[in-house]
Amino acid sequence: MTTQALPSALAAIVDDFQALSEPERLQLLLEFSEGLPALPERLNDHPELLEQVVECQSPLFLTIETEKNDGGQAPAVRLYFKAPAEAPTTRGFAGVLHEGLDGLSPEEILSVPDDMPELLGLTRAITPLRMRGMTAMLGRIKRKVAAASGVRA
Amino acid sequence: MPYPVEQNEKFAAYAHPERLVSTEWLAAALADGAVANGNLVVVESDEDVLLYETGHIPGAVKIDWHTDLNDEVTRDYVDGAAFAKLAASKGISRDTTVVIYGDKSNWWAAYALWVFTLFGHQDVRLLDGGRDKWIAEGRELTKDKPAPAPGNYPVVERDDAPIRAFKEDVLAHLGTGPLIDVRSPEEYTGQRTHMPAYPEEGALRGGHIPTAASVPWARAAAADGTYRSREELEAIYLGEAGLTAGDDVVAYCRIGERSSHTWFALKYLLGFESVRNYDGSWTEWGNAVRVPIVKGAGRGSVSVPAGV
Repeated sequence: MTTQALPSALAAIVDDFQALSEPERLQLLLEFSEGLPALPERLNDHPELLEQVVECQSPLFLTIETEKNDGGQAPAVRLYFKAPAEAPTTRGFAGVLHEGLDGLSPEEILSVPDDMPELLGLTRAITPLRMRGMTAMLGRIKRKVAAASGVRA
Repeated sequence: MPYPVEQNEKFAAYAHPERLVSTEWLAAALADGAVANGNLVVVESDEDVLLYETGHIPGAVKIDWHTDLNDEVTRDYVDGAAFAKLAASKGISRDTTVVIYGDKSNWWAAYALWVFTLFGHQDVRLLDGGRDKWIAEGRELTKDKPAPAPGNYPVVERDDAPIRAFKEDVLAHLGTGPLIDVRSPEEYTGQRTHMPAYPEEGALRGGHIPTAASVPWARAAAADGTYRSREELEAIYLGEAGLTAGDDVVAYCRIGERSSHTWFALKYLLGFESVRNYDGSWTEWGNAVRVPIVKGAGRGSVSVPAGV
């Protein structure tokens, strides 16, 4: 698997991680955790609209919304995440997926390989146990996108 | 040189008051320069590998339970050489007083303390209430990472036997001594094989080790994350669970971390001489071939002699 198969924003993030040493990769993940946008108020007031990804070590909730585009363009998928500040690793994973996938079309998101998190080069520093949470998060997003757009994952 | 032990009424009731410090005590020690001059080393150990980086007690170093304390290849803890290297790099010498704290009422901190004890580190204490209490009290945090002067730590081989039980030890223990299962009630009965809202870690069967009493680990902690008083702990472990002074106790959970928290309470707060943590815990027992388990809320009994 190479980064060429990835949507460009996600490929750029993977390149950034791969260019760094292991401790610097952790620092970058921390920055992604700080950059994760807060939920919009309408979702904050309705936690039942979000689904929990139970494979994550810390509570992580997410949902997607599809914005129809005028003029025959593909719709844009918007991603929303909620994770506590005490869970920076989980927030960092969510931040990577948000920056890499938010606003893309369903087809672009569904084309992301399931094992993409391994490309970040964090498995040793984070441990496989913790990486599993990010893989589960990506899987959940793809399943929800597939269900919403009627495309098979 | 060991740092002076904290004296207060709550700790004095415990069997080994020297194993705990309060947030007030640590704040005073920090103000006295004990951490800055290396007399005291404060270690943060959390579940989340990045939590320390978001802010920690000034001068505290980080030890990660997974990447620092577990061997990458063997399914075991690091060896004496690796531990010596780790400790020295954190400014810890063999005679240093170490105070460990962490998130989630000190789960991972208690686990790290247990691993320090496998190596016979003499003076290692827990910060009662851990990271959450320190923060709740509005005490100082920093993102500055200390660069401690290297400690002088000898290569000491681990002495597992006194405080660590392996599967074979547990099999031999069945029917002869009590077991405490510290997992959630759902895990104990076999309704689920992992913590609520936690990852499935692949145990093939749900249930508990025959005869084990169910005492979820969090029972030992008060709402603010500190350990309950001696009187309260006695009501739980001697009263409800039925332990008797002098018992040889084995505690387990899913991977040995929650049971470290209970191990600490039984060993140092209630003063049981012989308490072992079975770190293989349910991830090993639940998958092991031909070991007995019990499903449901009852403790069950040992019907077949172990080893047959």
